[in-house]
Amino acid sequence: MNRHSFDSRVKGVSLGTTILAVKFAGGVIIGSDSRASMGGSYVSSKVINKLVQVHDRIFCCMSGSLADAQAITRAAKFQLAFHSIQMDEPPLVMAAASIMQELCYQHKEELSAGFITAGWDRKKGPQVYSVSMGGMLVSQPFTIGGSGSTYIYGYADAKYKPGMTREECQTFAVNALALAMGRDNVSGGVAHLAIISEKGEDMKEDADRALSQSRCVMGNSKAKE
Amino acid sequence: MSEEMFPEPEWLSEEVKTGTTIIAVTFDGGVVLGSDSRVSAGESVVNRVMNKLSPLHDKIYCALSGSAADAQTIAEIVNYQLDVHSIEVEDDPLVCSAATLVKNISYKYKEELSAHLIVAGWDRKKGGQVYATLNGLLSRQPFAIGGSGSFYIHGFVDAEYRKNMTKRESQEFVVNALTLAMGRDGSSGGVAYVVTIDKGGAEEKCILGNELPRFFDQ
Repeated sequence: MNRHSFDSRVKGVSLGTTILAVKFAGGVIIGSDSRASMGGSYVSSKVINKLVQVHDRIFCCMSGSLADAQAITRAAKFQLAFHSIQMDEPPLVMAAASIMQELCYQHKEELSAGFITAGWDRKKGPQVYSVSMGGMLVSQPFTIGGSGSTYIYGYADAKYKPGMTREECQTFAVNALALAMGRDNVSGGVAHLAIISEKGEDMKEDADRALSQSRCVMGNSKAKE
Repeated sequence: MSEEMFPEPEWLSEEVKTGTTIIAVTFDGGVVLGSDSRVSAGESVVNRVMNKLSPLHDKIYCALSGSAADAQTIAEIVNYQLDVHSIEVEDDPLVCSAATLVKNISYKYKEELSAHLIVAGWDRKKGGQVYATLNGLLSRQPFAIGGSGSFYIHGFVDAEYRKNMTKRESQEFVVNALTLAMGRDGSSGGVAYVVTIDKGGAEEKCILGNELPRFFDQ
């Protein structure tokens, strides 16, 4: 394990966290917990939303240092909007992930934040990309990240099956988050989920149409321990 | 010049640890213990088929993790002490006694030792029991996991353990948990050793790598 892993002594507020994203036929589900902690013993926010919408059908979730993660996502959101205007079409999920990766890699000495980028585009459909702290980009059917993810590797390996339906993926995501939050002291609060699909039949319809649904699962209704 | 060209391999100076995965589960009528078989010294694997389930008595076993030398020594000492104890009381020892002996050593020498043993077995008084003795604590639990690989399966065992499983279900649970941990932990691997203890005695089994269950692997 390199020095970036499990480093809760990152500057200031850190997102000791659990994040995940799962692909299903027709869309992706991306989820996270909601706790931001300082030094592992003080919870500075119980309800922070780590899911950032960087474009209509592309979401990112953050882990690591909150300040770094927010700075990167804001820069990426801007670059992606600019890119999308230049190309005159919605950006590819790969484009969003590449932008995050460039930023993470070029500034790897100063930054310590990792991301999961997931979304839907017309070219390749639903995709999940993991951008790790040093700037590695890898595409996977599902991925988990953050400090709480170590506790659910076994569960995720056992329970994930390719070709699950949307409801099964939702249950999988909520259960995995609940289990990680139960064991990791720097993950907790509520589970935020975003479900991104190609709904919104007409691409030219404007963004008021619900292209992605956000659901918030409260702590007392999570999966049984 | 020769020292720089051929530096001493690091495994000669690294402490030998059983970075490992161990698990013990009670079922109605006994216990099932499981472990992987990898012993590492730094980045090398120095033994890929070590059995980390060590008998303390006929129906009491312990699972070793942490420093290999420390864990083996504790197991040998407790084995001896239990033999003496069982002659004195003229009966099979209780699992609780074995666990207490392990705990006493772990606690007294906690600064010098770095080993965690899980003690499990069957006795006539309380049936199947599992005790965790981490750092000198003694805690009876329905199941226990330990070792470096155990972090990856906390979520899995929390979700999948149910009370009152049958012997067969417990064995499957143990093998599944070991397989998942071995798949993710670099210091766990090799084969899976499973020991089932009930009132009829202890049954040891070794499950080779290619016979382990397959999980999603991308």
